[in-house]
Amino acid sequence: MTEHTDLLIIGAGPAGMAAALAAAASGARIVLLDDNPLPGGQIWRDGPQAALPRQAREQREALLRMSTIHLYNSTRVIACAGAKQLLVENDERGWTLTYDRLILCTGARELLLPFPGWTLPGVTGAGGLQALIKGGMPVAGERVVIAGSGPLLLASAATARHNGAQIVRIAEQAALGAVAGFAAHLPRWPHKWLQSFSLFDARYRTATQVVAALGHERLEGVRLQHQGKTVELACDRLACGFGLIPNTQLGQALGYALDGQALAVDAWQRSTRDDHYAAGECTGFGGSELALVEGAIAGHAAVGARQAAQALWPRRARWQGFARTLNRAFALNPTLKQLPRADTLVCRCEDVAYADLVGHRDWREAKLATRCGMGACQGRVCGGAVAHLFGWQTPAPRPPFSPARIDTLLCLDETPPA
Amino acid sequence: MPELMLNGQPLRVAPGTSVAAALRLGGDGSSRTSVSGQRRAPLCGMGICQECRVTIDGRRRLACQTLCQDGMHVETQP
Repeated sequence: MTEHTDLLIIGAGPAGMAAALAAAASGARIVLLDDNPLPGGQIWRDGPQAALPRQAREQREALLRMSTIHLYNSTRVIACAGAKQLLVENDERGWTLTYDRLILCTGARELLLPFPGWTLPGVTGAGGLQALIKGGMPVAGERVVIAGSGPLLLASAATARHNGAQIVRIAEQAALGAVAGFAAHLPRWPHKWLQSFSLFDARYRTATQVVAALGHERLEGVRLQHQGKTVELACDRLACGFGLIPNTQLGQALGYALDGQALAVDAWQRSTRDDHYAAGECTGFGGSELALVEGAIAGHAAVGARQAAQALWPRRARWQGFARTLNRAFALNPTLKQLPRADTLVCRCEDVAYADLVGHRDWREAKLATRCGMGACQGRVCGGAVAHLFGWQTPAPRPPFSPARIDTLLCLDETPPA
Repeated sequence: MPELMLNGQPLRVAPGTSVAAALRLGGDGSSRTSVSGQRRAPLCGMGICQECRVTIDGRRRLACQTLCQDGMHVETQP
């Protein structure tokens, strides 16, 4: 089955929702597709242990009111099926979607770095823990350590504490000077400044790194290092995230050029490919406010409303300033490259240890020799880790982009040649 | 309140609960065994890492991106 739409938007987080609402004024037929069960992305998540902020609720309600916006939840992009044509799959069926214009709002994922014990049940990402709690995972009475880098550590701690967890320690790898410098800039963005007060936690320590997760079948404790001193803390959960990596895979597969780690876009949020746009964290991270304004610019621009798009440029510039300040403050300490031991698994899908990767020249050679990055996640976790550890670049993915059913792949057979 | 079967045991959860949360509400939280025999549990919580893959009504799905439904059968990988 093939379905056509004027505008296809991949990702229904703040950028994708804003893009759809901005483009809706034109009357175009819009398909907004997301792999989660509900729109909102990683930041706007509701569940038994989380309510949506008002702005998110209003955006979601506005989306559902628009008859020209077709929202496909729990749907993934599996492959490029031809020119301006994608193979997609949900829980029931696979089909192809053709489009005139495309906006990628694929967001970012957490950078998860390998360290001894990180594969133990009880260890999660920092944003990962927050997402799991919002989805109803119980943490009441549990002792939680949060480690890594960035403001997400504080947000994750706040969610855990709110749900009854005992926060034992928040270990930020950045130095006190860098974090204090960031905090000193915050009054330029009053909303973020006020938010930072509600997130503050007395258990927060800077210049502190995770050394190992301890335990046998399950996490029992954590070893941390601060200025050459080692401390061991008993805990039930360890949440570790080292900042964000833009999700560029689909863009790369579609021929978008990269700018550093992110998808390259111009002032109209246009990529290097005609009729293909990108907005939000896949173009570089800066939080939901930046994603919302970038999404709106992309949505207007994609339907030819250039004046409306241009009117939003000053607002975008303001939040880009916040993003630059944030990324400078939480730059990763090179000593984090020494976290894995010889037997620490780097690829969790194929269980490939650090020692098996050392000595290879690049990602391709390491893959061929060890199967690193060839498992179910297709290198989305270990690809980010080896980029940090060895400086290896991971190329555009090959389809299927995520595990898919044979029935879905058979749809490619029905597709007339492009 | 949806009631699902988790590894053959009935489990009642609050509406909107993810299957990843249900793994912990009705068990030890783990989802699968790795190729070298380690137990694993949900890691990224956002559909990236594939650690939480389980069998739901006979199909392989990600627990973190699936909401519990009444009558759903969830099997973790032993």
